[in-house]
Amino acid sequence: MSTNGLPSAPDRIALHVRDIPRSGIRDFFDIVSTMRDVISLGIGEPDFDTPWRVREASIFALERGATHYTSNLGLLKLRRAICEYVARAYGTAYRADDECLVAVGVSEAMDLAVRALINPGDEVLYHEPCYVSYAPLVRLAHGVPVPVPLSGATGFRLTREALERRVTPRTKMLILNFPNNPTGAGLDRADVEAIAAFAIEHDLIVLSDEIYAELTYTGRHVSITTVPGMRGRTVFLHGFSKAWAMTGYRLGYACAPAPLIDAMMRIHQYTMLCAPILSQEAAVEALKGPEADVALMREEYDRRRNYLVRAFADMGLPVSEPRGAFYVFPSIAGLGLTSMDFALRLLEEERVAAVPGTAFGASGEGHIRCSYATATDDIKEASVRIRRFVERLRAR
Amino acid sequence: MDPLLKLLTMRARESVDDLAALLDEKPEAIRARMADYERRGVIRGYRAVLDEDTAAEDKVVAIIEVKVTPEREGGFDHIASRVCRFPEVASAYLVSGQADLLLFIEGPDLRTVARFVSEKLSVIPGVTATATSFMLKTYKSHGFLMDPPDEHERLAVSP
Ligand SMILES: Cc1ncc(COP(=O)(O)O)c(C=O)c1O
Repeated sequence: MSTNGLPSAPDRIALHVRDIPRSGIRDFFDIVSTMRDVISLGIGEPDFDTPWRVREASIFALERGATHYTSNLGLLKLRRAICEYVARAYGTAYRADDECLVAVGVSEAMDLAVRALINPGDEVLYHEPCYVSYAPLVRLAHGVPVPVPLSGATGFRLTREALERRVTPRTKMLILNFPNNPTGAGLDRADVEAIAAFAIEHDLIVLSDEIYAELTYTGRHVSITTVPGMRGRTVFLHGFSKAWAMTGYRLGYACAPAPLIDAMMRIHQYTMLCAPILSQEAAVEALKGPEADVALMREEYDRRRNYLVRAFADMGLPVSEPRGAFYVFPSIAGLGLTSMDFALRLLEEERVAAVPGTAFGASGEGHIRCSYATATDDIKEASVRIRRFVERLRAR
Repeated sequence: MDPLLKLLTMRARESVDDLAALLDEKPEAIRARMADYERRGVIRGYRAVLDEDTAAEDKVVAIIEVKVTPEREGGFDHIASRVCRFPEVASAYLVSGQADLLLFIEGPDLRTVARFVSEKLSVIPGVTATATSFMLKTYKSHGFLMDPPDEHERLAVSP
């Protein structure tokens, strides 16, 4: 018995929640937050403020009294703007009435899709290293997460062969994320078509997290929804956090065939009711306004990406060129430290925070994630410090 | 616009090596292009952007709208070039609307600037009227807000 008379808390926690590990990012954050004068390359959100036109539109909406619930699916004018945008930018048409749901971030949209589709014991494939939420969301839905490990040697590209090795008759779903957090990897049309053929042959539903699509620097982003036969079995997930620098607005969306959206809506209506109206109003402006501000941010990220890639190459650390998002994922495998030890010592000795690759799954071992959503001057100083650290390690 | 020019308008003090790294080019290529831009006068100079209210207490700036009668030959250009040669004129533009020329005049104090307008500018043949406004406070200059930057609680590490 604990002091307040309740049985000890761990016993009260549901089994499938007890098994969920704390995010490796959180552990690392706890250490970093005790230190001063740290340059952080550990940040997974834009360092830019939301474009002023979007913030100004939020203020205007608030003045006009936009403080109520919206329809469960989200404001119709926003869903229309989203469907127009997705068709224009990525080439797949969805109906605003019943094929689009506005959620509290891609985070919620992803959770809804997994819960709406997974029965206990269903297996879900996802490539690793990957964003931290996929496996926990699958577990919370009583599904079985099945990682498909990718390797830096192949630029972290997902191939059909890698998928075939992990698929079983119980596999129901495949989660994709390109451009990728944490590797920056992207896919070209041939890659996407091979993955689509795999999904069709094994009759899988695909959740495609394309939140970094606009932040593509090499080639063009290809959405898997554009491959013939895929629109009907794909939940397209996107949001405003990254390209529009709107993380705090907490707004994302899913586009999918009506029966899937309806199933997701039935959960969303009870757990969330609707996404915040102010964020929805702001998102309408984000989509309808000029895209010059998004382009300026992309250009700035691209320059920092160039700088960091060259810096790591100059240090002699193998790095595959990130095609999108805002992360570089160099290999530190040759330096005799695990990624966790490397990150901890880099933090202690040089006051630079980079996230150990293992925070994104076991196959992230041997890498660190460096975010370039950080001011150029900080990136330059961090590069100097990392180089000094690496040279010290080599001199031992 | 050449990405190099765009970058220089924001970060003119970067070293050639860093410019090259940011643009994924070779330092020699950057050096050659900068020299070419400078030679052709595409790049006229590099300067600091100041918060003038703090940095230059002993300076006043006046914005002057000037109406002129264009000349039969040379249009506005001849008068404009005569006006521009006064060092007091920091910037000058031909504009549409009520006035023809828009000038930014700098001087150490109000009296000096006023005297420049009445004794030098207004008497130029072809200048028919001037309207002077004095700058009181700078909110934004060359794309830089003069407010102190906003403070945020940004997470030091996030997924
Ligand atoms: C790949 C990926 N998906 C989803 C998210 C969460 O996005 P949102 O802010 O829309 O919930 C992130 C945020 O870092 C991400 O990197």
